[in-house]
Amino acid sequence: MSKKKTAEEYQKTFAFRFFRWLSGEKDPYSGEVEMQPQKEYRPDPEAALRREKEHDAIMDKVYDTEHNKWMHLFHRLYQTTSILFCLFLIALLLVTVSYLPAIGTVTRPVNNEVSERYIEKGLEETGAINIVAGMILDYRAFDTLGESHVLFVATITVLILLRLNKTEKDEAEVNDRRFEPKNDAILQLVATFLVPVIIIFGIYIILNGHLGPGGGFSGGAVIGAGLVLYLNAFGFKKTERFFTEKTYKWVCFFSLSFYCLAKSYSFYTGANQLHSVIPKGTPGTILSSGLILPLNIAVGLVVACTIYAFYAMFRKGGF
Amino acid sequence: MNFICNFPFFSILLSLFSGTICSVLPAKAAKIVNRVVIIVIGLMSAVLLLYLLSTGESFIYWMGHFPAPWGNEIRAGVLEAGMALFFCIIMYLSMAGGAHKLPGEVVESKHNLYYILVNLLLSSLLALVYTNDMFTAYVFVEINTISACGLIMIRQVGRTIEAAVRYMIMSLLGSGLLLFGLCIMYDLTGHLLMSNIKESVGLIMANGEYQIPLIVSVALMCIGLCIKSALFPFHAWLPDAYGYSTVSSAAILSSLVSKGYIFLLIKIIYRVIGFDIFNSTRIIDVLFVFGLMGMIFGSLSAIKENDIRRMIAFSSVAQIGYIYMGFGMGTQAGMVASIFHILSHAATKSLLFIAAIGLTDVSGGSRKFADLTGAAYRNKWAGAAFTVGSLSMVGIPLFSGFISKLLFAQAAVQVEGKMLASLIVLGISTVLNAVYFMKTVIRIYTSKADTPYTSITFRDRKAYTVTLVCFILLNIILGVSSQPVVDMIGQGLAMFA
Amino acid sequence: MGPNLFTNYGEAVSAILFCIGFTNLLLQTNLIKKIIGLNIMDSAIYLFLAEKGYIAGRVAPIVVNGVTSTERYINPIPSGLVLTGIVVSVSVTALMLSLTIRLYTRYHTLDLDEISTQLKKEGK
Repeated sequence: MSKKKTAEEYQKTFAFRFFRWLSGEKDPYSGEVEMQPQKEYRPDPEAALRREKEHDAIMDKVYDTEHNKWMHLFHRLYQTTSILFCLFLIALLLVTVSYLPAIGTVTRPVNNEVSERYIEKGLEETGAINIVAGMILDYRAFDTLGESHVLFVATITVLILLRLNKTEKDEAEVNDRRFEPKNDAILQLVATFLVPVIIIFGIYIILNGHLGPGGGFSGGAVIGAGLVLYLNAFGFKKTERFFTEKTYKWVCFFSLSFYCLAKSYSFYTGANQLHSVIPKGTPGTILSSGLILPLNIAVGLVVACTIYAFYAMFRKGGF
Repeated sequence: MNFICNFPFFSILLSLFSGTICSVLPAKAAKIVNRVVIIVIGLMSAVLLLYLLSTGESFIYWMGHFPAPWGNEIRAGVLEAGMALFFCIIMYLSMAGGAHKLPGEVVESKHNLYYILVNLLLSSLLALVYTNDMFTAYVFVEINTISACGLIMIRQVGRTIEAAVRYMIMSLLGSGLLLFGLCIMYDLTGHLLMSNIKESVGLIMANGEYQIPLIVSVALMCIGLCIKSALFPFHAWLPDAYGYSTVSSAAILSSLVSKGYIFLLIKIIYRVIGFDIFNSTRIIDVLFVFGLMGMIFGSLSAIKENDIRRMIAFSSVAQIGYIYMGFGMGTQAGMVASIFHILSHAATKSLLFIAAIGLTDVSGGSRKFADLTGAAYRNKWAGAAFTVGSLSMVGIPLFSGFISKLLFAQAAVQVEGKMLASLIVLGISTVLNAVYFMKTVIRIYTSKADTPYTSITFRDRKAYTVTLVCFILLNIILGVSSQPVVDMIGQGLAMFA
Repeated sequence: MGPNLFTNYGEAVSAILFCIGFTNLLLQTNLIKKIIGLNIMDSAIYLFLAEKGYIAGRVAPIVVNGVTSTERYINPIPSGLVLTGIVVSVSVTALMLSLTIRLYTRYHTLDLDEISTQLKKEGK
């Protein structure tokens, strides 16, 4: 027969806490986790009614399908012509495709001296084992420079559209707290394991951009995804300790400036037939292939920050 | 290699880099950087133009350590350098003319973003002008599109955002077609550099093996660029975008952005496909017809409009129709006329937008014609500038618009089969232009005794008035001494081949 | 009709997808559907480009054991173009989405025609 515990003693044991938790009476971490159920969204009924009325009025005016036969007819006509237009385009392009050179063959015009040289001399001239990386960051680097600025200008436009001023920001904060998950224990636990792995994997992809499949953009996207997961699990308060709009601004500034200056140097020396001092290194080692590795790092930083910035702007209009 | 040959590369990189720098600067410093960059690039382009005129030869500049067909290239000739110089002048004047309205139109904290957009727009225009590589052109077309969209919606009222959405949709359709055409072209020729593509295209046309896909790819690229430059049936986004965005944006968009795409199309016609091959296709007839339709319908919409800025915007549709009509003629003379019209329209349209803002300012901010009555007496310089712009648009001698109409008429006479149509439409369009522009001019010079609005004099807005005077001078210079410009265009086109 | 329609089935599929995306982007009135159309269109172009680079029996252009003979690897250029294209399409999609968010918060609808009607009603 086992020893009988007093009620007070029993309350201190693990079993007591466990069964209480199991029956849903008490939370074992009470005080540490906010376990409030999500508040129901209660819209302002008057505003909603007004909005609905306006919407109906407009719908009546625009798509008064019951009383407006012409509208009905137009709708039908619109749909039919859309489909016909699509079919016409498909027919046109299919005819074009049927005349194109057959795929998978060596004799088609794309397999000419250009791709031959990239493959045969790419390793020697750029030092990159990944020929595609060598091509986009050395042979055709001007395109890639433009491409990173496309990303930059897109973030600027998103900032213009969605960045909020002070008063709107507080409101957005409240909305964000209300609608987004907060302190979800399962998500947090999983994120603790996953986020470091994801970010390290992203760094690996960036650093190996010239040695294998990967590169700045893909690696940056992976890191960005890791940051977004971290943000979702732990909320803006935690991320804002190390990542604010200022961080974003300066990281982007330094990466893009480095990119611009490094490539300007290489274009300038190339065009003026000067000797470039940047060493190529031994192919296959991590510190090789001249500018490709640092450029990949710069692109990776920009992309990671941009993806995080897009998410933060979409969700709250600021970070 | 002469050091001056580096200038195209410096201009593109400088404007790209200044965009990045502006992102960390406060608004005032960003403004200064923006102005300085435009001036420096303008000076470099001027020096380059003089250098090219003296040598009489275009040159290729490697972007990297590898020659064609492996590396990336840019190319500069008289036409490119001249365009770059002209774009810088117009951009500087547009920025200066709209600067005093900016604080009221854009939130204070977003001013430096505005300058970033302008810098990147300039860099993409320069890259479009100088590039010798089709894929680079595609990438910079995208930068151009996105930053133009930013310029439209930076003034955040409902209309501009809706216009920005419509603009983006149209532009994206255009980019999609351009990219698809580009891919087919790459598949057929195996090259991305313009000069190499042209060689292969010549071989294809001689062999006759891949002719059908080649024509389709050319057509796709042309339609893509037409959509992007708001040729007649694709202009739905244009009036709202130009009519409600900030003044500088409207001036820059109407005079530069669409011209960048048109210049790219010219480059494609000459440097990728070849002028003769392009003219032997049916595409030019399509361009011709749409150009004519644009000339008439654009003007008709402008006559119906009761809002001065939307009226000017609709007039752009008509003017772009003129340019495409010139392409459609399929002769060297038509091309020269079109290129001259690009210059003259850019100079005039930005002048009209900037002058219109001066007139609406003294009419209580209203753009309706009823309120504008007598506005030219309240703001004399803006009234004078608007009159000059209108006269030039209508085609009165002394101003640039007259020369372009003259060139179009001369070109039309030489083309059999298209002569009658182009001359008739040219006549109708001129009359229509006169109707709505002269209506406005008469309206702003009708004196009104009991006006509730205060007037603005030279002392109140020095920078703005000086800008207007520069614009007027630019118009008169283009109109009076047109022969050197026309010669230069001819020389530049000869260098293209 | 040319001789290669069935050999080029990959390109044919991408052409069909391109047209579907194009029509969606042009003619749908719902903004989100338009954006989906845009992405279909862009992806179709990347598929088209990827088909261009392919050569039967060869491997991806990453040098293995220092072998740099053209017999072994596929054409690297289209892969590079696709990379650039993807970045552009990501940027454009982000911009379109933020424009949509902005319009939705203001007008509570995703229908572009409805938004135009509301704007006309506002009369500004």
